[in-house]
Amino acid sequence: MSAREEVLAAVRSALHPAASSPAPVASPPPVPSVPGPDQAPGEEVVALFAGRVADYRAEVTRCGAAELAEVVSSIVADAHGVVVPPGLDLELPGATLDDDLTAAQLDGIEAVVTRASIGIAVTGTVVLDHGRGQGRRSVTLLPDLHVCIVDERQVVSDVGDALARLDPRRPQTWVSGPSATSDIELSRVEGVHGPRRLHVVLVGD
Amino acid sequence: MRVAVMSTCIGDAMFPEAVKATVRLLRRLGVTVEVPQAQTCCGQPMVNTGYLDEAVPLVRTFVSAFEGFDHVVVPSGSCAGSVRHQHGLVAARSGDAALADAVRQTSPRVLELSEFLVDVLGVVDVGAWFPHRVTYHPTCHSLRMLRVGDRPTRLLSAVGGIDLVPLPRAEECCGFGGTFAVKNADTSVAMGADKAAHVRSTGAEVLVTSDSSCLMHVGGLLSRGHAGIRTMHLAEVLAHTPDEGADGLDAADGTTSVAR
Amino acid sequence: MPPFPTAARAALGDAQLRRNLAHATGTIRAKRAAVIDELEDWEGLRQRAARTKDETLAHLDEHLLTLEASLTARGATVHWARDAADACRVVADVARAHGIRDVVKVKSMATQEIQLNETLAEQGISAWETDLAELIVQLGDDLPSHILVPAIHRNRTEIRDIFRDRMGAVGRAAPDGLTDDPAVLAGAARLHLREKFLSTRMAVSGANFAVADTGTLVVVESEGNGRMCLTLPEVLVSVVGIEKVVPTWSDLESFLTLLPRSSTGERMNPYTSTWSGVAPGDGPQEVHVVLLDNGRTKALADDFARQALRCIRCSACLNVCPVYERVGGHTYGSVYPGPIGAILNPLLKGVGQDPATDALPYASTLCGACGDVCPVAIDIPGILVHLRGKVVDAHRGDGLPKAEAVAMKAAAWGLGSAARLGLGERLLGAAAGLWRGSRAGTTRPVITRLPWPGSHWTRARDLPVPPRESFRAWWRRTGRDGGAS
Repeated sequence: MSAREEVLAAVRSALHPAASSPAPVASPPPVPSVPGPDQAPGEEVVALFAGRVADYRAEVTRCGAAELAEVVSSIVADAHGVVVPPGLDLELPGATLDDDLTAAQLDGIEAVVTRASIGIAVTGTVVLDHGRGQGRRSVTLLPDLHVCIVDERQVVSDVGDALARLDPRRPQTWVSGPSATSDIELSRVEGVHGPRRLHVVLVGD
Repeated sequence: MRVAVMSTCIGDAMFPEAVKATVRLLRRLGVTVEVPQAQTCCGQPMVNTGYLDEAVPLVRTFVSAFEGFDHVVVPSGSCAGSVRHQHGLVAARSGDAALADAVRQTSPRVLELSEFLVDVLGVVDVGAWFPHRVTYHPTCHSLRMLRVGDRPTRLLSAVGGIDLVPLPRAEECCGFGGTFAVKNADTSVAMGADKAAHVRSTGAEVLVTSDSSCLMHVGGLLSRGHAGIRTMHLAEVLAHTPDEGADGLDAADGTTSVAR
Repeated sequence: MPPFPTAARAALGDAQLRRNLAHATGTIRAKRAAVIDELEDWEGLRQRAARTKDETLAHLDEHLLTLEASLTARGATVHWARDAADACRVVADVARAHGIRDVVKVKSMATQEIQLNETLAEQGISAWETDLAELIVQLGDDLPSHILVPAIHRNRTEIRDIFRDRMGAVGRAAPDGLTDDPAVLAGAARLHLREKFLSTRMAVSGANFAVADTGTLVVVESEGNGRMCLTLPEVLVSVVGIEKVVPTWSDLESFLTLLPRSSTGERMNPYTSTWSGVAPGDGPQEVHVVLLDNGRTKALADDFARQALRCIRCSACLNVCPVYERVGGHTYGSVYPGPIGAILNPLLKGVGQDPATDALPYASTLCGACGDVCPVAIDIPGILVHLRGKVVDAHRGDGLPKAEAVAMKAAAWGLGSAARLGLGERLLGAAAGLWRGSRAGTTRPVITRLPWPGSHWTRARDLPVPPRESFRAWWRRTGRDGGAS
């Protein structure tokens, strides 16, 4: 028998040694209703998101759509090289477009600017599904500063709301603050392998 | 209301004063107490060591001794927990449907002392007097098997003259753990030593718990360390009244007659 | 590794270990409590997660087939492994097919369980751990001692020495003048591993969850080493225990809420990566998934203890366990230490075969703290007792019964009837006269020394001298008539 057949047979014989009926299971509680994709979150949800992102020692800047280019430019002004993914939809003079750059090339660039797919308020998380404007996974991984633009309308309340809006077939990266470790005597160090700085720019109307 | 007291094997053989105090206290509160003479042990030592077959006769003895009572009061969270949570398992193991049925009737009626006082009698102030600095260790099975919560400390707080001081890391296990205390004696002692240190840090004269087994363990460490801290069962403190001995310590600790 | 009681004795004497463990577990306990208090219905959430796992396990064969089908449809190659040897062979074969001699690894309990690194090394393939703590453990030629923070037994100075002395032999050396500042040490690890991430062509991971209907694997981490491994290499092999499957994407809600709060005490861990097979143009273009049994079906066959397979490896039970806090992870002799290890190891390996495994269910006072914090409501104390029963039953046929078995039978006999117990107590009361060693200053005389096996007690603890009169005897004498003592 192949390993596959043997494992499946072992599972089945474990579950049904003498066709014993499994214990009855209560029905799960109703899942809280999810706001539709076009429903804008209230200011308290957006404010909670901003607060919770900052709680994890990421930087947060809130601005209007008109000021976005200026705000982002000033954040990356001092960086040695800025890379942007296709479809960022933002003018950033001097930025390099990620045109299938190699990992080594990305490693030599200090900052990356992307958009996000969803922001989760309760946990202070930004989710990238690496679609348009969000770049390949490596683009937001190798540079040391990640500037992530989140539209206020992309902010949802909690993890359940986020899962309902995300497409599991796409690769995703959920980011809550900068890379961190507490492996040495439980003392928290920001920045091990991922970007050591995360700057979330939260854009309103 | 027919009320029985379960003396527990360790209470019966090693800490009779705690059981006597339970009887005294209940009588003072107007309860007619019966002590079935056929009772022995709840079987927890066997169950918790893995000897389930050996526990079957003990469960049988338990249900036949206590059937027909409205309430069985136990001055031990651990023994009450064993009856409520383990007797069903042992009965199932025996394959004896009649025993399983008897356990279903009996075990829910078994209450730890503080549960009986607060929930059944509805009293918190039992009219006790105990002018000493006391700290209370809540015991794991009372807390996490029976969920007695703050019942014992509410009872203690209402005692006249008492100076009840909180125990640091009170909810952490003392390290007794039944046969753990001998099978893993080193770890057991390490845990107990930390518990004893917390007890000492309170400046209490008396450590009170509602389980004789935890008292025996922590008390044994305090005694070995010449800490000068007494250990007493909750029932002994609650049973003590102003007209009964000067300060309660000699009367309550009880076994003075043994070696004097 | 010697059985638990022996190993514990050595660990208890290690002052550094005791201090590190107390600090670490205390810190995480407090953080966990704070983020759990923020949620309205923690209990409802854990019951929901437990139910999801139970329902999944009850139809595990179907969910595994669904997972296999959806992974395959999305370009992944699915392998099945009965045991450690099967799983290690798959990984080695994939590496060999590409002529690969080095792989980078994401911290994974499953690959530690199957001793993948050691097996690959025997075949000339080097596996590099990339989690900071695992790097410390690997460079120090050491064993992990905690599920979440495997190097918790090491202090910063020891780590500085390990990095300074060992890094250079296996890659980029630590910078000169390395200090023991955690940020400096993390910086050295960043440089050392960045070189490996950029040059290594194959990665090995585990998975925290595997979503059956979408073929999505989920890895939860903090440092970004996981993202590096899951993104940069050309080939990715993920070794996934068969109990990791959840039916649907939306089932992740409860787990992604419970796991970070229970493990690191954060609302959310810094990085969570999900991927479903191959994403064209992004990340590894060759993806393998190994579905691992290695004893899990043994645990599944135990109707009561099956719930142990709900475990999401958060380590909350370790952090709250008073036994773990004092003896540390190595004492358990397994990659799964603490209360969960005390049940998982015997379930995966079976009892009655080796004394070290059989000792694990007894490595607990049954205080119940582990069961209370478990985010998937595993009745760990109940399973410990259940497994003790299995251990005893496994030895019932032994030719020469253990002293303990004889003692238990004798005790059960003595406690079996009130008459026998009463007789025993009278003998005890009479014997009490022999112990006159009253300790000055205490009212009640104590016994300070007993022969074996009582010496296990009296080595460090006094024992009160048994009273002359038992409660039973007192009751017969006076109690019935009103209790004048």
